[in-house]
Amino acid sequence: MDWLFFGEISLAGLAMGGLYALIALGFVIIYKATRVINFAIGEIMMFAAYLFLAFAGGMEMSPWVAVPLAVLGGALLGGVIEKTMIRPMLGESPIAVVMVTIGIASILVGLVELIWTADPQLLPSFLPRQPVFIGELYLAPKIAYGFLIGMAVLVIYLLYFRFSRGGVALRATASDQAAAYSMGINVRRVFNLAWVFGSLAASVAGILVAATGGLSPQFGIIGLSVLVVVIVGGLDSILGALVAGVFIGWLETVAGAYLGGEYRMPATFAVLAVILVFKPYGLFGTHEIERV
Amino acid sequence: MDAVLEIENIEVVYNKTVQVLRGLSLTVPRGAIVALLGSNGAGKSTTLKSVSGLLALEDGEVTAGDIRFKGQSLKNRPPEKLVREGLFHVMEGRRVFEDLTVEENLVAATYALSGREDARSRGYELVYDYFPRLRERRRQLAGYLSGGEQQMLALGRALIARPELIMLDEPSLGLAPLLVEEIFEIVARINREQGTAILLVEQNAAVSLAIASYGYIMENGKIVIDGPAEKLTANEDVREFYLGVGGQDGEARSYREIKHYKRRKRWLS
Repeated sequence: MDWLFFGEISLAGLAMGGLYALIALGFVIIYKATRVINFAIGEIMMFAAYLFLAFAGGMEMSPWVAVPLAVLGGALLGGVIEKTMIRPMLGESPIAVVMVTIGIASILVGLVELIWTADPQLLPSFLPRQPVFIGELYLAPKIAYGFLIGMAVLVIYLLYFRFSRGGVALRATASDQAAAYSMGINVRRVFNLAWVFGSLAASVAGILVAATGGLSPQFGIIGLSVLVVVIVGGLDSILGALVAGVFIGWLETVAGAYLGGEYRMPATFAVLAVILVFKPYGLFGTHEIERV
Repeated sequence: MDAVLEIENIEVVYNKTVQVLRGLSLTVPRGAIVALLGSNGAGKSTTLKSVSGLLALEDGEVTAGDIRFKGQSLKNRPPEKLVREGLFHVMEGRRVFEDLTVEENLVAATYALSGREDARSRGYELVYDYFPRLRERRRQLAGYLSGGEQQMLALGRALIARPELIMLDEPSLGLAPLLVEEIFEIVARINREQGTAILLVEQNAAVSLAIASYGYIMENGKIVIDGPAEKLTANEDVREFYLGVGGQDGEARSYREIKHYKRRKRWLS
């Protein structure tokens, strides 16, 4: 066995996993606060990546401006979706709300095809190009820097939820909605902000992933891998998103490299099935929540 | 009379089909403790929820009547606004945030101060002075507190909000008699020292009437009898059906000897 090759593949996988973790974080925040399973998360990140393409490619803005603008655009999209399409569904059955998010996903795909056509596109590169070596292991610079940025965002989120007053409001709402109301917490606003910040995390990840692998309207498929991540990690666990994200990213890449690309998805879903047998609520999930 | 809360003839319907309150009225004067007593399913909790606006979360609706807090009608005001105006509802079963620490629970309650000019001082120390045990456990998860401590935390959250009216839903639920007394003493102290009016919903009539100045008794969604606490305590029917003492001969009776069909509550006639 070639350990150098294994090491390099693993490293790339772990880095990819970091980005999965970031998308999963976006999913988990929304689920934790609002109990909505958001199947549109992959499409929201795709939309943000296309926004970046428009700002940096079409309008030729500097990446320093284009990235924040695109991320904000993605966050805003999340907030608008919540306000106009999810809030009216409050109190309806969870399945109905899930169907709405699937509908939103198709709308976003259609919208993107109308504006930017269905052809695959390359993002203007904005990350440093000199190769990164960790010991003897080579890592593509795009992946390495993507990982670093993703992790930085993740850490900021974790610290915020753990230590800030806003984090307390979010966790209080997640723990007991009626009680949160009775504390004077504006629960509807927490819902909206959960969508905004969840979409923001996904948007950062979307731009970073698209920067390494290109962009097409089918980009949202990545949401499927992320679904595996959040189910393995536990739907409402931020820590679970982190651990499972890195693990699934690694597994997918290693399986793809050694068994062939067609084994990437079967490998992760096989692991998902095994884990669900032993831990039906995921590795870190709370027990009373429903299963998907 | 200077009332902090007035409920006038409200009717409440759940799911547009089940009527729970049928023309209930009550008044809480400023700075007073008022007890609302009644058995299971009488509609006590529903009364509180219709005041605090949490009814909508359970698909309930006030279909008639009016509720006024500090003279202003409460119709169509979101629950978090009411809390910020000084109406705090301590829900049945305490409802502490179990996966938050004790102190984080108090932090959550500071949202009640949003938009007030005195929002700077958070008042954690005041809570810890009333409940020294909470200070010892401030870094622990609230889920690991005992029932009594959770009730203290629920009251502590109310203190943080510096309300003009606290609505307490069954603070004695599931607590040992000694603890119940301790909790009620603190409730009376909060009322005395902070000047907070308290609307106390209870099944335990004896302890409630001991600290309340006025009492209401409800059955089947409306008030059947009300009066000053001493008067209620002396009332024969209240003594027999809610305090578990008395009857004609004035002695404590064994449940075995009670023949329910023999005596009708006078207010039913």
